[in-house]
Amino acid sequence: MSALADTLVRTGTAPTEPSTAPRRKVRLIPTLILLAGAVYCVVPVLWIVIASTKSNGELFSTPPLVPSFTGSFWDNMRGILSYDHGIWLRWAGNTVVYAVGGGVLSTIVAACAGYALGKYRFRGSTLVFRTILAAVLLPPVLLAVPQYLLLAPLGMTNTYWSVLLPQLANPFTIYLCKIYAEASVADELMEAARIDGASEWRIFHAIGLRLMLPALVTVFLIQFIGVWNNFLLPFVMLSDNRLYPLTLGMYGMIMPTGGQPNQFSLVIAGVFLSILPLAVLFLSLQRFWRIDLLSGGVKL
Amino acid sequence: MTTLTAPSAGTPTRPQARRRRTALPVVLVAPAVLLLLLFTFAPAVYAFVLSLLKVHVSGGLLGTTTERVFAGAQNYTSTLADAEFWSSLGRMLIVAAIGVPSVLFLATLFALCLDADRARMTGFSRLAIFLPYAVPGVIASLLWGFLYLPATSPIGGDVVDYFGSTTIFFAVANVAAWGVIGFNMVVLYTALRSVPREVLEAAQIDGASELQVAVRIKLPMIAPALAMVALFSVIGALQLFNEPTTLKPLTNAISSTWVPLMRVYSDAFVNNDIYGGAASAFILLVMTVGATVAVRVVGNRLSRRSAR
Repeated sequence: MSALADTLVRTGTAPTEPSTAPRRKVRLIPTLILLAGAVYCVVPVLWIVIASTKSNGELFSTPPLVPSFTGSFWDNMRGILSYDHGIWLRWAGNTVVYAVGGGVLSTIVAACAGYALGKYRFRGSTLVFRTILAAVLLPPVLLAVPQYLLLAPLGMTNTYWSVLLPQLANPFTIYLCKIYAEASVADELMEAARIDGASEWRIFHAIGLRLMLPALVTVFLIQFIGVWNNFLLPFVMLSDNRLYPLTLGMYGMIMPTGGQPNQFSLVIAGVFLSILPLAVLFLSLQRFWRIDLLSGGVKL
Repeated sequence: MTTLTAPSAGTPTRPQARRRRTALPVVLVAPAVLLLLLFTFAPAVYAFVLSLLKVHVSGGLLGTTTERVFAGAQNYTSTLADAEFWSSLGRMLIVAAIGVPSVLFLATLFALCLDADRARMTGFSRLAIFLPYAVPGVIASLLWGFLYLPATSPIGGDVVDYFGSTTIFFAVANVAAWGVIGFNMVVLYTALRSVPREVLEAAQIDGASELQVAVRIKLPMIAPALAMVALFSVIGALQLFNEPTTLKPLTNAISSTWVPLMRVYSDAFVNNDIYGGAASAFILLVMTVGATVAVRVVGNRLSRRSAR
């Protein structure tokens, strides 16, 4: 506590004594606040790691924050991977199709459209851009039920495409790509390439796309997260559980039990296995995130 | 909307660009336009058309026939006259009233702490606070569901009833906030890094404390980013669905029409009333667009005032 008081005092007096000594001192309050935030964010994930080491019985009988070393971890992993003839792995594969495949396709769509809108003026370009800005106002999740109503008479529901297609054009990422193309692809560079005899297409994929790459990583991650989090769309579109993404599959596992604890250890193992690769992916890609793009892109 | 006219980088070379006639930009923009028309605008329009229809059942000697007839505003009036619709809206607003300010406050607090001089372990804390953003809403709700359940709770679920009639709002808001605080923190932190260091040093020389610098200088300077975070949070709150839907199997405190979007779902799929569902979906869409525009206008005004 005295250290805390010390920092409090120092906060007030620091400017009057601009010597180098107090500069070395760790500022305690911000550090503590941040650590408290870290605990709040990490402990639930940590609990899942601990709970995944327990059998159903141990889940209710042992202290919640003490892992168990009775070999239940491997039983749980085997249990979830062999559940319903290994459907969990199929869900994981579907998730890759929806989130990674859809994310890549959507990034390509956004890059093309953003580059065209940012670097060219053509007939209707202003109208197209205004349309895209208007579409930003319509959140995809609210459109899921209307999208189902539209696709159902066409017999397009309950397919991979019914989840992929509605999410391919994301107006927000198109907007980001336009802003970024304007800022990063210099007109002089394009003009020089033209003088050298490069075709417009060549300029796009050899210069434009390359310069836009940092933004495209961010666009991919935004889209990836968007698809992952759009639970309602697969929820309404899909009835065949072999087409489910992980989120829907796991929801289905908890649903019929209705709070009955018999499948808890399996669901926990599934949650553990879904979080782990994502956390690794995210934390390793973190330095490629260009969030400044977001704050700069959406100037209010 | 100032960005519409702001970028002028292309202006000097525009005569040259105009001289070159190329089909490339049209080809490049076509897939996006087509997809947006088919999967964003068409569903919205179609939902509006459906919302004006109803099924008319006519009985006769040859059996009953059903046909779609024009219903006018009937679906809208019956939704708007339904008390349950307004209570679902109310519950959503309560969750938003708890969640949005918490996210704004905590994300700002953490961002300011990250930006503070001589704070330690910021790299670790930043990663840790960002981590939940990688966890999809449904998985996060399952995770917190176990933390809330009395039988498995490590956070005193056997003492505190997290699924009580009041606590349920906090429980849902907490799951939603947990997932987005880190992202918003990074957005705000990025904005803070772009505040000119000379300004901060000048304030320190003038004798301002770290706290004063944070509140009086840093906060006003990141007002546009704050407005954007507020906008994201409000839009997110209006789409509340994943968290209550996933928590529903674990508790009786959440009904099948607990928030408006759950009602849209249960209208269309549980009650098989796609016309009523389309009407509630459209009402929600209009409300979201309205709220977005309102937050933007207020945000604009605030950031303009702080710029003065």
